Amino acid sequence: MEIIQIVGFGLIAVFLIIIVREQNPALASAIALAAGGMIFLFVTVPLQSAVELIATLSGQAGINQMYIQTLLKIIGIAYLAEFGAHLARDAELESIAAKIELAGKMLIIMLAVPIFQVLIETVMSLLPGGV
Amino acid sequence: MAYDVNTIFQIAGIGIIVAMIHTVLKQMGKEDWAHWVTLIGFVVVLYMVASIIDELFQKIKSVFLFQG
Repeated sequence: MEIIQIVGFGLIAVFLIIIVREQNPALASAIALAAGGMIFLFVTVPLQSAVELIATLSGQAGINQMYIQTLLKIIGIAYLAEFGAHLARDAELESIAAKIELAGKMLIIMLAVPIFQVLIETVMSLLPGGV
Repeated sequence: MAYDVNTIFQIAGIGIIVAMIHTVLKQMGKEDWAHWVTLIGFVVVLYMVASIIDELFQKIKSVFLFQG
């Protein structure tokens, strides 16, 4: 039961943070960072095989690899931005958190631009008299 | 888990011990030493956290972004 391990780990981290925060707030946020990183590392190892399965299946289905790669990159960026923003919010720096989220959204839009382009070109080629 | 719970306990232990040393040195009237101890403890913890975060980022890179 991995979930019990993860929840127990999280609770231990929370108690340690509460103890340390009174004496040393900077170290408390360091513990929060380390605990968040470890929990995600714990989850990512099984996730890797799932992602590889998705990539293999989409390859067999003949889907262009570019779309799947873009999708995975978007998921990765979303997770990283969320991670950073939550950390900044824990340290009560709401403005930095908002900027991190904004940057994540911008980068996702940048990644999605080629797909939009392909979509629009497809629609234009379907239109009669189009390019 | 690549890093087990021990690392979290280590960081928390460093935090508590550093706070204790800080208080003792302050009581002895050596304020500047107390600040150095806090700073060095923080740097050590930051190094441990940075190695974990580095591993996390490498993992995310290899899982989601297909690089390396």
